[in-house]
Amino acid sequence: MRQVAIIGVGMTRFGEHWDKGFRDLVTEAGLNALKDAGLSGNEISAGYVGTMAPGSLIGQEHAGALIADYMGLNPVPITRVEGACASGALALRQGIMAVASGIHDIVVIGGVEKMNDLGTAAVSRILGGAGDQEWELFLGATFPGLYALMAKRHMHEYGTTEEMLASAAVKNHKHGAKNPYAQFQKEITMETVLNSKMVADPLKMFDCSPITDGAAALVLAPVETAESYSKKPIELLATDQATDTLALHDRSSLTGIKAAEIASKAAYKKTGLGPKDIQVAEVHDCFTIAEIMAIEDLGFFKKGEGGKATLEGRTTFGGDVVINTSGGLKAAGHPVGATGVKQAVEITWQLRGEAEGRQVKDVEVGLTHNVGGSGATAVVHLYRRL
Amino acid sequence: MAGIIGYGAYVPKYRIKTEEIAEVWGEDAERIKSGLGINEKSVPAIDEDSATMAVVAAKIALKRAEIDPKKIGALYVGSESHPYAVKPTATIVAEAIDAVPDLTAADLEFACKAGTAGIQICMGLVGSSMVEYGMAIGSDTAQGRPADALEYSAAAGAGAYLIGKDEESLAIIEDTCSFTTDTPDFWRRPKADFPSHGGRFTGEPAYFRHVRSAADALLKKLNRTIEDYDYFVFHQPNAKFPKTLAKRMGIPQEKITDGLVVPYIGNAYSAAVPLGLANVLDKAKEGERIFISSFGSGAGSDAFSLKVTENIRKRENAENLSYFIDNKEYVSYAVYAKYRRKLKGL
Amino acid sequence: MKGSIALHWRRIPERYRLEGTHCETCDSYYFPARRICRKCRRKGRIVPYKFSGKGRIYSLTEIHSAPEGLEDQIPYVLAVVELEEGARCTAQIVDVRKKDIKIGDGVEMVFRVVQREDPEGLISYGFKFRKLH
Repeated sequence: MRQVAIIGVGMTRFGEHWDKGFRDLVTEAGLNALKDAGLSGNEISAGYVGTMAPGSLIGQEHAGALIADYMGLNPVPITRVEGACASGALALRQGIMAVASGIHDIVVIGGVEKMNDLGTAAVSRILGGAGDQEWELFLGATFPGLYALMAKRHMHEYGTTEEMLASAAVKNHKHGAKNPYAQFQKEITMETVLNSKMVADPLKMFDCSPITDGAAALVLAPVETAESYSKKPIELLATDQATDTLALHDRSSLTGIKAAEIASKAAYKKTGLGPKDIQVAEVHDCFTIAEIMAIEDLGFFKKGEGGKATLEGRTTFGGDVVINTSGGLKAAGHPVGATGVKQAVEITWQLRGEAEGRQVKDVEVGLTHNVGGSGATAVVHLYRRL
Repeated sequence: MAGIIGYGAYVPKYRIKTEEIAEVWGEDAERIKSGLGINEKSVPAIDEDSATMAVVAAKIALKRAEIDPKKIGALYVGSESHPYAVKPTATIVAEAIDAVPDLTAADLEFACKAGTAGIQICMGLVGSSMVEYGMAIGSDTAQGRPADALEYSAAAGAGAYLIGKDEESLAIIEDTCSFTTDTPDFWRRPKADFPSHGGRFTGEPAYFRHVRSAADALLKKLNRTIEDYDYFVFHQPNAKFPKTLAKRMGIPQEKITDGLVVPYIGNAYSAAVPLGLANVLDKAKEGERIFISSFGSGAGSDAFSLKVTENIRKRENAENLSYFIDNKEYVSYAVYAKYRRKLKGL
Repeated sequence: MKGSIALHWRRIPERYRLEGTHCETCDSYYFPARRICRKCRRKGRIVPYKFSGKGRIYSLTEIHSAPEGLEDQIPYVLAVVELEEGARCTAQIVDVRKKDIKIGDGVEMVFRVVQREDPEGLISYGFKFRKLH
């Protein structure tokens, strides 16, 4: 198996792109990544794109062919990959496997979601499809509702408080304020979070990630040729994915995402690295409770201590590990299929030392953690400078 | 003949006080309360309808009867508020209580007496041995036009009666007879949200004539008098009508008290007499006799004579009606309007 | 899902009557019904099982922002209910606000309207739970 590196990254700003459609967003991010890698496009032999629900959100299936067409890449094979909110990281994982196996050399990875062409209620219903349609959503569950059920249990078992949850949003807005690609480049206070409209008790509006349009892209190459394209290639040390039951209620514990724990342990084992070796991580904070659980599942903090650690500032600059320098899903936005790819873009910038205004010092190893649904899919990647 | 082998009564949790409705329309609540004799009425939750309430009542009846629901050979749901205009409520109930698939089922409509009409049909089927058990349910989420006098009374509830052979009965139905004419005192045309009624015409030519005639006919047929009965249950669109009727027939008021639930829950239409009877069965002793005369606008009355047996002890298997009457929560007119889906856009 | 008749109809035994399955090999209970035991896989002996409908609140929330089809029901309490046989399911808790119910409280299945489509569409019924007193 060949080792794989990222040789180019690019994205659109995340936000409400009223003037741009699905194909406009993905081509913009793709061109940025090709430009970053210094490629013309002729070098590309395959592509994988993560997008959760274009069929429902814009009535467009067959996204792989659409993107190959509008990127001017025909007849290059581009394949759509879907794993709900983890679609982006799954696309990256397919690309890694394609390059590692030797089947393809230069592979482009895309992540995209166009979410604002429908109203909020319709988008909520479509995102609900990431859960169990027949046994959760039909019966009244929503995505905030499922994470609220986890939050309530976390509060019940570990004494996690609404302030601890809110502190994750406050911290992510502080980070996002420094990210020119973020949807919300604005700091908020604890009071803003605590006084915002209740969505699903205890989660309020500011505990939830927003509805976002956006795209992100990467270019992968085998490590042995990576330096011929990029001055600062970033090596992908590990790609691990795990699944769990589709419905939340079928899991033995609601206070963590077991699939994420399993995927991260596999990645650590493979690389001989551990949470202490990681300086920067992008984790899947679709809701504040998700970030609290993520930093516990990934081993940065002990089970039940994630909330306290966040409130104490241990997950921001100067802390034990800097979580979500991009602003996370909360402040940077969450165009579902793009999120997993954006996380890799942000970690690449951090490892290259190009994360202006939000650069973590002395970064050696970075991690991304992308979760689908309420945790039925989890994908963890580890990165370091070549 | 046949008898009641199990019964179940259900009233939703929510209530609205007469004062709360009167306030909205600038009416004198005390005048309405003394006129109608209704202090408050039941309000179904937004996710309740005649089918769901019928299921609660039917399950309670089954708990009392202690029979396998698969043995039910016929199931009828009487209502003037069936959830669908076309598509039976009875099939929903039969599925929910697991009486499917070997049974006959249908919906009935006869204003407020569709529940007792179902009991008569089941008596015939059981008496003729066409079925072993029949389930007759009266269930309604009645709607009154805002500001209409009916808004103070139109309520929700369900009563279910499992009919079987005499020997298994907790109350034997000794006999029944009906009185029916074409008297248009109250109606609702297709697609109309609210019923219309004939005002004072609903009294003498409708309610009083029919309820009294059916009652008199049954007493005559059985050669009995008022003294032979311990309880009387009459249809109760309000408290005034049955009280007036009792006075005219020479029935002591204490014999109608237990069967009169309208002051606490309002008029549950097809469930009104089934609920009144349930409240009596919740208290009656072995050997006591109960007399019933229902009323459905349009118009007709079904009278029944019942005798309580030793099997009445089986009522302890499940919740009494008083459990549901006492377990209540008051709502404002605004919440009532939401629950009754009177708000535009819902 | 709106407009899909068979999707709801085929689940009626589960949604109306809590009919799930039981693995006789490892004594696990499944609701909704599973054909493959998660523990025993091919060694599992799966038989139909009708749940009692009694259970406890394992976790709960109150939904204030409803998905399409349930807008008229907000606010409503949503819970993960642990059935007394051990299986867990997601369901609404009726006739209650969040201040009146907590983790560990006993509940019992009730039959209610789950979703109503527009005035010309289908009404879907199914299980919810009520708090036991």
